[in-house]
Amino acid sequence: MMRSLLFIPGNLPNMIQNAYLFDADAIIFDLEDAVLPSEKDNARNLIREFLSKNSNKKNTLNFIRINEVGGEFYKDDLELIVSDNIDAIVLPKANVSSVQTLERALSNIEKSKELQKMIHIIPIIEQATSILQVDQIASLPRVIGLILGGEDLTKDVEVKRTSEGNELLYSRSRIIMACAAYKITSIDTPYTDVYDDSGFEKDTLNAAALGMKAKCAIHPRHIEFINQAFSPTKEEIEHAYKVVEAKKNAELEGKGSFTVDGKMVDKPVVERAINVIEKAKKFNLVKDDEE
Amino acid sequence: MKGTAGSKESSDCIITVTKQDHQEILIDSVVGAFFHDQIKLLIINTLKELKVENVKVEVIDRGALDSTIKARLITAIERMNAL
Repeated sequence: MMRSLLFIPGNLPNMIQNAYLFDADAIIFDLEDAVLPSEKDNARNLIREFLSKNSNKKNTLNFIRINEVGGEFYKDDLELIVSDNIDAIVLPKANVSSVQTLERALSNIEKSKELQKMIHIIPIIEQATSILQVDQIASLPRVIGLILGGEDLTKDVEVKRTSEGNELLYSRSRIIMACAAYKITSIDTPYTDVYDDSGFEKDTLNAAALGMKAKCAIHPRHIEFINQAFSPTKEEIEHAYKVVEAKKNAELEGKGSFTVDGKMVDKPVVERAINVIEKAKKFNLVKDDEE
Repeated sequence: MKGTAGSKESSDCIITVTKQDHQEILIDSVVGAFFHDQIKLLIINTLKELKVENVKVEVIDRGALDSTIKARLITAIERMNAL
């Protein structure tokens, strides 16, 4: 369960050492676009050494965006970076075939390095062909979420990226449905105009309203708003506790149906309330005495 | 044979490793007054770990963490060996 994922360039020590300060639920240490080809070796060593000392310091997930499958950096990225200190590989330009290739490679590395945990995969959906395969990609082993890669996707579709985001509506919807069907996390594309606060907020709320469960950020100043947008509100949490309490009372009284605040409560409403409470607990939005 | 890695940015360091007939470590650090010995020990231990002998290691440090210094040293050695 996550709301915010912060990209950190893989070869900048001053940014890497501050990565955990901003309350992002996950850090994506980037070996791909943010690192020059001549500096990939430097970045791999820097991330690996940093995580060997710091990965357990906070309850933050550690992800690595590697270079694309089949490219000249892919094998070294995997060989040097995969360890028990990371939680998932973020795979750019993903499709069914590349995710399956990565899955096999991770199985082999986990065995050879005798890792204690399974490394997950988060494909980035950023090509038109990947949108057409998105249901299958979401169903593959190890996949725990899908990231919409808005910049590359709009380039592939030859459409202008706008602050309204209408050009991404279909892709967002496809990813949201595929993720919901396979119970994995739908993760929205980052808003790249870092200082356009109103555009960023509108874009984030729009993604949340459509059904995205998390969003990437390329700047720490976006994290707080993202966390807020993808968390249940205080009112939603209070209502959820009321629903669960009312359900307990109804069961004691042998009632099959009941109402809360004048509205009838049925199974989906109870399940939604349980989900809200789980999320609120996970993100420390409730105090113990509220439980 | 020589390899260099890192930058002069804040919190980073530049490390140059050169093959020669004995070991030598030169450190120029903005926090040298407090951390010179710690940086030197880190370099000695990393060279031992990697079984690297007879090199000159030159460090220009801008306040890098231990993990950064170690990472830059490893890359500099790998680059030296790749030549």
